[in-house]
Amino acid sequence: MAKTYSSAVIPAEATAVWAVVRDFNALPQWTPFVAESRIEQNKASDQIGCVRSFRLKDGGRIREQLLSLSDYEMSFEYSILESPMGVENYLATFRLIPITDSDQTFAEWTAEFDAAPDREDGLVDSIGRNVFAAGLAALKARFNR
Amino acid sequence: MRVDIRRSTVIGAPVEAVWAVLRDFNGHDAWHPAVSTSAIENGEASDQVGCVRNFRLKDGSRVREQLLYLSDAKRGFGYCILEAQARLRNYVASVRLRPVTSDDSCLMEWRASFEPPSQERLRLERFVREEIIETGFAGLRRALTAGGSAERTNRASVPARTGAATEGVEIAITRYGGPEVLVPRRASIRAPGYGEVRLLQTAVGVNFIDVYCRRGTFDLVSPGGVLGMEAAGVVESVGLGVGNVRKGDRVAYACAPPGAYASMRTMRADLLVRLPETISDETAAALLLKGLSAGFLLHDVAYVRAGETILVHAAAGGVGRIISRWAKALGATVIGATSSDTKAEEAKRAGCDHVVVTSREDFAKAVLNLTSGRGVDVVFDAVGKDTFERSVECLAARGRLISFGQASGDIGAHSIDRLAHRSATVSRPNYVHYTDTPEKMILQSGRLFDALRSGAVVAERPRAYPLANAAAAHADLEARRTTGSLILIP
Repeated sequence: MAKTYSSAVIPAEATAVWAVVRDFNALPQWTPFVAESRIEQNKASDQIGCVRSFRLKDGGRIREQLLSLSDYEMSFEYSILESPMGVENYLATFRLIPITDSDQTFAEWTAEFDAAPDREDGLVDSIGRNVFAAGLAALKARFNR
Repeated sequence: MRVDIRRSTVIGAPVEAVWAVLRDFNGHDAWHPAVSTSAIENGEASDQVGCVRNFRLKDGSRVREQLLYLSDAKRGFGYCILEAQARLRNYVASVRLRPVTSDDSCLMEWRASFEPPSQERLRLERFVREEIIETGFAGLRRALTAGGSAERTNRASVPARTGAATEGVEIAITRYGGPEVLVPRRASIRAPGYGEVRLLQTAVGVNFIDVYCRRGTFDLVSPGGVLGMEAAGVVESVGLGVGNVRKGDRVAYACAPPGAYASMRTMRADLLVRLPETISDETAAALLLKGLSAGFLLHDVAYVRAGETILVHAAAGGVGRIISRWAKALGATVIGATSSDTKAEEAKRAGCDHVVVTSREDFAKAVLNLTSGRGVDVVFDAVGKDTFERSVECLAARGRLISFGQASGDIGAHSIDRLAHRSATVSRPNYVHYTDTPEKMILQSGRLFDALRSGAVVAERPRAYPLANAAAAHADLEARRTTGSLILIP
């Protein structure tokens, strides 16, 4: 099993950041790599079990299922149902933690998955850097304005 | 009703370095400003789940807390209070670190929940939030980033006590007795533990207190133990949780416990002072204990002010000379008392305006003559038995007698009624109470170093002996064959 982890400090209060990332269908609005997204079967984007189907800017299509969402913990988990990345048993967690002494927010994004052994390191790096770190950097830049 | 407090902060050090410090459940005395001393009960390891840390707060109260879980995977631990003075009923708390991968810092979360009596809820909530958690954040940040160098925090990620012991030489006393009981031996100098450093010592001060320890007059050192209260040197290695000094720093100390007569020494770091460029190791080793003593006696005990007249007994002695010159620089008129004409010359060179030779004249009468019958504002008396009574007699109205030693013997019992004739104050200060915290040490040493720079204190060239010849240094000191300070060179 491989694991990848990225985190950053976002220069905004947690409630403001949570308002952006809480929407499971909002990847095109805040990440740099998603072209369009929709929730399958007309479900609400905060209904546990809903599936988002989105297209990456490089053309690949990914389907992910929401497994948990907590407004109290400001976190959600999801799994990948289909993707061109060749990963299995993919479980990701996104979490915000208020930094109480500075009105900023800690954001972490982590995933565990199985992949062919020779591809594991490459995937850890590409998901960690190109997806999670890039997403967090975009979030940071959004509030830096 | 249970209250739940969650606080968090970003610590500017890599998560591994911060965890290395936090992981030690017994290490909080090195970083939490409210904690004074801490020990794990029953000799258990501090990462034994279920172990109890029993610690004293700076306010003197005692707290017992039990480790409930510890996770190296999550870099966190939880604990509960078993006993505390504050009414923190059913108090459970947890600490967790998470890395900030975008810039190599980390997030520290600290949560606490407890059931306060309702009328004390707000006060206790604030106490936990501010006095425990926020103060802890600030203390940890200070401990990790002191010196502001990344090198420090990296070093903190090295686990404690992994370093090897090193061979050194130390001078132990085989039994209580004369200088002949001082015997050099090879010793294994262990690697520094939490809050400790290992010093490569370059100069060791010799003081009369060492003679008292050697003779057994003071029971600070048991037979087989190592003498010595002060030394200077270089920090050779640093344990975890040390914030005030770094490897390679030139430092000096003058404090208990004894153990300075050694080529290397592993000791607590918090009472070390960093030496300015301008002060040599030899000067520091010779001067620190006496200079700090003179400094707090003048400034914090006697409060000597410009225009006052003071009497310094043993004005040619080590501390006496420093007090005399420094008091002169403060604008006082200084009368010195010495036992001989030779010493009177020394005292004059140290800045005394007048010198009374006690073998020829009654010092109390002489002082009253010199002050037109008024007396002096302050008497510094380390002679004790032979001078105490007469010292009181030569005080001016509202004068202060500072008794800081008894070279001639115990002062004995005295009625305080006689003090009323002059509204006199008698102080019997103890070095320890002016130098036993890093804050006090910084204040006192800073004042001494400033005085050295301004010339209010002059560093005299000490007489040096090889460390192995400590016995010869003691023999010379006791026979009063030397004037000025003695040091040992490892």
